[in-house]
Amino acid sequence: MEPDGYSSERLDAVFTALADPTRRAILARLARGEASVAELAAPFAMSQPAISKHLKVLERAGLVSAAVDAQRRPRRIEGAPLAEAVGWLERYREIWERNYERLDALLEEMKALETQARKGKPQ
Amino acid sequence: MSNRLNLVPSGTHELVMTRVFDAPRHLVFEALTVPALVKRWMQGPEGWVLAVCQIDLRVGGALRYEWRHEDGRTMGMSGTYLAIDAPAGLTHSERFDEDWTAGEVVNNSALDELGGRTTLTSTLRYASPEARDMVLGSNMEAGVAASYARLDALLEEIAREAAR
Repeated sequence: MEPDGYSSERLDAVFTALADPTRRAILARLARGEASVAELAAPFAMSQPAISKHLKVLERAGLVSAAVDAQRRPRRIEGAPLAEAVGWLERYREIWERNYERLDALLEEMKALETQARKGKPQ
Repeated sequence: MSNRLNLVPSGTHELVMTRVFDAPRHLVFEALTVPALVKRWMQGPEGWVLAVCQIDLRVGGALRYEWRHEDGRTMGMSGTYLAIDAPAGLTHSERFDEDWTAGEVVNNSALDELGGRTTLTSTLRYASPEARDMVLGSNMEAGVAASYARLDALLEEIAREAAR
């Protein structure tokens, strides 16, 4: 981790990359181990150029890297940019989870009051 | 776990939060717009309470929220209601006193009811891509250190998504 290495441009690239379901699926595949472009294309029923395009977006975001020397240039997942993005999202999510849990409890009370009021009214 | 909060960045300007509540939407709408009720749940991070909540619920009407920390710090936010369609949703602008969101944020809440349960979708639109990213950056530092446990959680999420 290198906190100084963060830039808002990169963060934007990370979120743009994560916004696409195919790219998330590619990341999910790479999370299980490195893979070549051909191997990545196989389960997706997509052409290799289409997969390469998605990989470029992921590489620009720093989420995926390619081994330079090996002939098949297997891609691998890079953890740090994801962790940076997720760190923030998780914190924000926690605040709202807590808010919404309190809202759940409040709504239960409101539902009970409404039911009571309905029963109290003459039909 | 079906009521889990979903939070995702969308496009270049937005964050989108989705959450399901076990209540009809007229009650959720009330809980979002009646000050005494809002105060009960919108407390923010640990240690803070929503001390002031003023809502003038009409188009062009003002809203004012002030949070207070137990150590005395305060945090305020003002805004204006832009559209109201009870109980289906509402839109308001908001801006913190310190303007740490670099401009106004437009907050749209959409309430969809199905079988007595309500899905609340909040779309937060920032003034610019830079503003959204700055918000992300300003809150991110605390998260950077922890990282790998959270990364595992995200990867699980990605894996679940891939398996669908």
